[in-house]
Amino acid sequence: MFADCFPLAASSVDPLQYPGPAWSPYLVGALIGGLSMLTFYFSNKPLGASTAYARVAGILGLAVARRHTERLKYYRDKPPKVGWELMLVVAAVAGSFLAAWSGGELTGRWLPEMWQQRFGSDSHVLRGVVAFAGGTLMAFGARMAGGCTSGHGISGTLQLGVGSWLSALCFFIGGIAVAMLLYA
Amino acid sequence: MTTLNDPAATAANEENQPETPETPEVASSKKLVLGIVFGLIFGFLLQKGGVAKFHVLIGQLLLVDFTVLKIMMSAVVVGSIGIHFMHRAGLVELHVKPTRYASNIIGGLLFGFGFALAAYCPGTGAAALGQGNFDAIGMMTGMFAGSYLFAELSGWLSRRVDPIGERGKIRLPDLLPLSPTATVFATVLLICAVLAAVEVYAVR
Repeated sequence: MFADCFPLAASSVDPLQYPGPAWSPYLVGALIGGLSMLTFYFSNKPLGASTAYARVAGILGLAVARRHTERLKYYRDKPPKVGWELMLVVAAVAGSFLAAWSGGELTGRWLPEMWQQRFGSDSHVLRGVVAFAGGTLMAFGARMAGGCTSGHGISGTLQLGVGSWLSALCFFIGGIAVAMLLYA
Repeated sequence: MTTLNDPAATAANEENQPETPETPEVASSKKLVLGIVFGLIFGFLLQKGGVAKFHVLIGQLLLVDFTVLKIMMSAVVVGSIGIHFMHRAGLVELHVKPTRYASNIIGGLLFGFGFALAAYCPGTGAAALGQGNFDAIGMMTGMFAGSYLFAELSGWLSRRVDPIGERGKIRLPDLLPLSPTATVFATVLLICAVLAAVEVYAVR
């Protein structure tokens, strides 16, 4: 069963055989650095993505179990609301669509090519379970650490926050370990 | 607060309201519009940078494709210099997150495990969905579940785990015998050295 899900033999996948970025990553990174200067100046906020998901989870929680959700410490400290963070993430979906459309890179796939090569073209359920588990772990970890790859990894490190550098390092240590197990 | 465009509105929103209104609170339309504008740019750049692609993110974690590192480190080079001098000029406030060694390390590792499973992080997942990677929906659903699960345990975690190694909002200049400006430039030099090495030894 395990071998069916994770065919360890004949599993060599090479990420470099698929296309890389459309633009120079240095240019994109520099522009994101400039964008973070704009968000600090105009919105008094650092770029960050994970809070938006926590806000949505809280709004859903209020709809389903209002009293219980209101009593949770995290939502007492940060009441769920529709704010800047949520708009940022929703608009990022649209911004990425425009970029992919303008560059002819729209995919429209349920299984990414490299995943499909590794786990087979009938692995939709496995992909769904793994992506869901990954999202759950990421959100829990991001809230515990205080941010995600953007909030800690870019915005926190560029302010030289000690906890942000430490968290970002741990993101990659944990990520490299599991990715090596799954794909190497 | 003197450096803000609308300090009153921001101050009002930063307060913790003890009672939750009947419908979720909605921020001022100016804030929402700015969020949309910045989000459009952010998502556009993430996609053009290739980090909405499954294989680019997994390639980074397998240490064969360094696109993610190049983008993050370039952003830190530009942003750290920019934010440092804007802060010195009194134009922006800093938003340093608290350092809590135990929570940073445990949360960071859990995030990393999830990152490798999902192959998208919270920001690049939005970009992945935008370019048509529908499997990002699974990751986003998981993000809602994980966020609520954290909220369930947030009282216990804040009492038992957050205090372990709690150091407050410390920054690298607080630990190093360097001025903040010198720390910024030392960090930038170190990043440039790392990027130069990646450029020499890595294929992508």
